[in-house]
Amino acid sequence: MGKTLLQKVWDLHTVRRLPTGQTQLFIGLHLVHEVTSPQAFDALRVRGWTVARPDRTFATVDHIVPTQDRQRPFLDVLAEDMISALERNCREFGVRLASLGDERQGIVHVIGPELGLTQPGMTIACGDSHTSTHGAFGSIAFGIGTSQVRDVLASQCLALDPLKVRRIRVTGQLPRGVYAKDVILTIIQRLGVSGGNGFAYEYAGDTVDRMTMDERMTICNMSIEGGARVGYVNPDQTTFDYMKGRPFAPAGEAFDRATRWWQSLASDADATFDDDVTIRAEELTPVVTWGVNPGQSIGIDGKVPDPERSSDRQAITDALDYMGLTPGQRIAGMKVDVAFIGSCTNGRLSDLREAARIVRGRHVAPGVKALVVPGSDSVSRAAEREGLADTFRSAGFEWRGAGCSMCLGMNPDKLAGNQVCAASSNRNFKGRQGSPTGRTLLMSPAMVAAAALAGAVTDVRELVQLTQTAGDERGAD
Amino acid sequence: MGRITTISGRALPLRGDDIDTDRIMPARFLRGVSFDGLEQHVFEDDRKKGVHPYNRHPFDVAQFQGASILIVNANFGCGSSREHAPQGLHRWGIQAIVGESFAEIFFGNSMMIGMPCLTASREDVQALMAAIEKNPRADVHLDLQAGTCETEGFRCAATLPPKVREAFTTGAWDTTGMLLEDFDEVQATAARLPYVGGF
Repeated sequence: MGKTLLQKVWDLHTVRRLPTGQTQLFIGLHLVHEVTSPQAFDALRVRGWTVARPDRTFATVDHIVPTQDRQRPFLDVLAEDMISALERNCREFGVRLASLGDERQGIVHVIGPELGLTQPGMTIACGDSHTSTHGAFGSIAFGIGTSQVRDVLASQCLALDPLKVRRIRVTGQLPRGVYAKDVILTIIQRLGVSGGNGFAYEYAGDTVDRMTMDERMTICNMSIEGGARVGYVNPDQTTFDYMKGRPFAPAGEAFDRATRWWQSLASDADATFDDDVTIRAEELTPVVTWGVNPGQSIGIDGKVPDPERSSDRQAITDALDYMGLTPGQRIAGMKVDVAFIGSCTNGRLSDLREAARIVRGRHVAPGVKALVVPGSDSVSRAAEREGLADTFRSAGFEWRGAGCSMCLGMNPDKLAGNQVCAASSNRNFKGRQGSPTGRTLLMSPAMVAAAALAGAVTDVRELVQLTQTAGDERGAD
Repeated sequence: MGRITTISGRALPLRGDDIDTDRIMPARFLRGVSFDGLEQHVFEDDRKKGVHPYNRHPFDVAQFQGASILIVNANFGCGSSREHAPQGLHRWGIQAIVGESFAEIFFGNSMMIGMPCLTASREDVQALMAAIEKNPRADVHLDLQAGTCETEGFRCAATLPPKVREAFTTGAWDTTGMLLEDFDEVQATAARLPYVGGF
């Protein structure tokens, strides 16, 4: 009987079965950032441990970095403390670090792939739930807490229970103006925010096969929003083409050997899955969240639910109250105060290209604060070179330095009061964007761009005659 | 590390499905290099709003102060992997959580710090919450081995997956030592992986 990629990678990385019955799993790449690591390094110091495999560990700064004034020391004393602590910890324990000012700096889930640190067949861990992003390469990537960061630093291993695998096949052609973000929001809406508990999601089907790595990353990134800690796509030629020439990717004959190994890890044709789901791409529309979790979403043509007609009355009433929405109201036309393009979900170059195509020659609506925060310094430089940054600036967007920024508001980029934000990020939880009463509407970067121009939630398919589909640019990066 | 077999104390019911870790511990309190003081910020933003039926958040209700067992509904702790959320609850005084279901990362993080998350049926959680609200001073007793939750006039099953139960009852819930036990085998596993040697 065939095996899934998850089983193959799991078996290859199994050190032993622990007395607790869990598997001791070797972690091939540990990515570290400033927020979830300081207590872990402290624990190592207390116990007199070293970092077991600094050669398999790489750190950067993203969550707390300012995106405007990046002069050191930061005006934000706590941010300065946290970054200094990471710099000190990396020096002391011999961990490679791309700090601010290093051209490799950026959101940890953007730079791992960019640098070729992320590779197919690896086990990857990081103290951040969106580590599932790296699964786009056919790696098995886990978001972990700080105690587990300590475990990985000290032993390069995790103690884990096996996961079931649900295959989610997306088939058919995505309509114009419908993106990878809409696919994953639809999956979460259909399967629920806890539907993936205990599962790894394998994304497959011809729609996913045709997707770029950036698009696959967007989908895998939000697996956790559906409750699945791990999401992955089988590696294929698109993956190998992306890997080629990356700084940490194998080169020359080693690349050919690597490719053969990577190919061997894809799920077998006769692999069995614990569950199978199919999504038809043709039926999808641009999606917008209306509530306070990423499963509470509707198509742009839709109306927000009426709690009286739902079994989930309390939760819907609560969400509508928080969002200031009326039951049955159309989501299109809802006024927005802020537009945020960025995050590990949608802060890559192709996302900025798509959004720039919408805003080119137009201007942000009066009273709307719009900002673009590139996912990495490298994305930022490329966007400057291509003229995207100028496009955004002349359209009235603020162009910022790379970081997590307003996705979670740990730096000065926050919502104020009960502002409504059209966001290309991943979470619309209460208070998520830094204001306890702030409101978030999740959507694709193109939809955020459209909302910024109109000052309200708008169907990107109507706003502009799209001259190209997203797919026409596939393979460009 | 210590064995955890039973936990007793007063309980605190917190209603609602899908309570995420951003609500348990808003991100601005992650700005620091230690977990110290996080207990002061548990549910900080929710607590400003007041919650039915107490007209205030359960963490601010007088009779629930000093509670050590938290009772929750479904998918508790979803979202961000921040360990600051269970750390804050633990430092506030919570020693165990009983709920309908838990998000996976939260469940694991809680286990790592010795705070078991036990699962009970929806009906039992409702009945347990009602019993506590009726008699907030009554102690709740959790027996990890037996998989039971008991309070005055009410008893139900509250269980852990067998391996997790064993980890708590044998004191193996702190994993680092266990993972370092056979480091030669770790290195041997790494050496067999083609990418570790650069192909």
